[in-house]
Amino acid sequence: MTDVATLWSYLATTPLIWLTTTIIAYLVADGVARHLGNPPWANPVLLSVLLIAPVLWLTQTDYTTYFEGAQFIHFLLGPATVALALPLWENRDTIRTSVAPILLALLAGSIVAAGSAILLARAFGLPMEVLLSLAPKSTTAPVALGISEAIGGVPALTAVLVILTGIIGAVTVTPLMNLLRITDWQARGFAVGVAAHGIGTARAFQVNPVAGAYAGIAMALNALLTSLIVPLLVRWLV
Amino acid sequence: MLQTLGLLLGCQLLGEITVQGLGFAMPGPVLGLTLLVLILGAMPALAERLRPTTTVILANLSFLFVPAGVGVIGNFEVLMDDGFALLVILTLSTVLSMLAAVGTFIGVRHATERWTT
Repeated sequence: MTDVATLWSYLATTPLIWLTTTIIAYLVADGVARHLGNPPWANPVLLSVLLIAPVLWLTQTDYTTYFEGAQFIHFLLGPATVALALPLWENRDTIRTSVAPILLALLAGSIVAAGSAILLARAFGLPMEVLLSLAPKSTTAPVALGISEAIGGVPALTAVLVILTGIIGAVTVTPLMNLLRITDWQARGFAVGVAAHGIGTARAFQVNPVAGAYAGIAMALNALLTSLIVPLLVRWLV
Repeated sequence: MLQTLGLLLGCQLLGEITVQGLGFAMPGPVLGLTLLVLILGAMPALAERLRPTTTVILANLSFLFVPAGVGVIGNFEVLMDDGFALLVILTLSTVLSMLAAVGTFIGVRHATERWTT
């Protein structure tokens, strides 16, 4: 009979346990959110993290070990981004008629996302490397990290700020849009995709398929535009 | 399902190769997305074949962000010094960005509708 410590030391070194933990945590989080009718504050990403964090803390598992198992899930973000092509394609007719609103809302949303972050960081007197890490926060993670590195930020800090931005956008979009009585799903989806990338897009898909498609468009376009404008904004505003 | 995954991964791979080869400031998956839209344009019948698997993936998009979300906890000390200021900035900036985008989107749509009617 193996004792628990021996069994644990074996399990802790395989990806299996953290992969399973992540799936179970998400199923519980998503189940709770659904049961409550997907209220904005019950964000499945946030709830899953709040379930997993104490497990890692109690088992004294560091993030590197956890990620060895969870990386298989993380890897799927790439194919999932490619999969956004389908809703884009299926909504091509409405997109064709909304080219002007899409492009101008993209400009406004992307410039305000990066510009307001830079100006607020200056107002709060944050250190320069923190300001630079903050500028690409509304962009999808791989692009944001690239931009951060290129302009002299700290990619590790940018990674944290990107995820937090996604969760903040996903949590605030529904109450904000309802408060403003905006019923246009295209506009609502587009706004959350520009400001809060993939996590915002996931929320949009949770609420309405058209909103999800437009959030996906906004996220992809924002990734392109932000890599062009952040270096310029940094030059002008810093 | 396997065919769909193969196509998604293939598009991503071509995207990554192009980005690395040409030094684009653009992520491979976003280029892969563009490529798949072009493929669907050439072969519209493909959309039906892709729908089941892509619907499942996109319905569970939040799940794929959980490992990165746990990373925030793992890297929390990077926020220590300016944590409160950063949370205030992120919230304000995200809300402002959504307001700018949604206002522009609706404003431009109204303006163009008035032009064309």
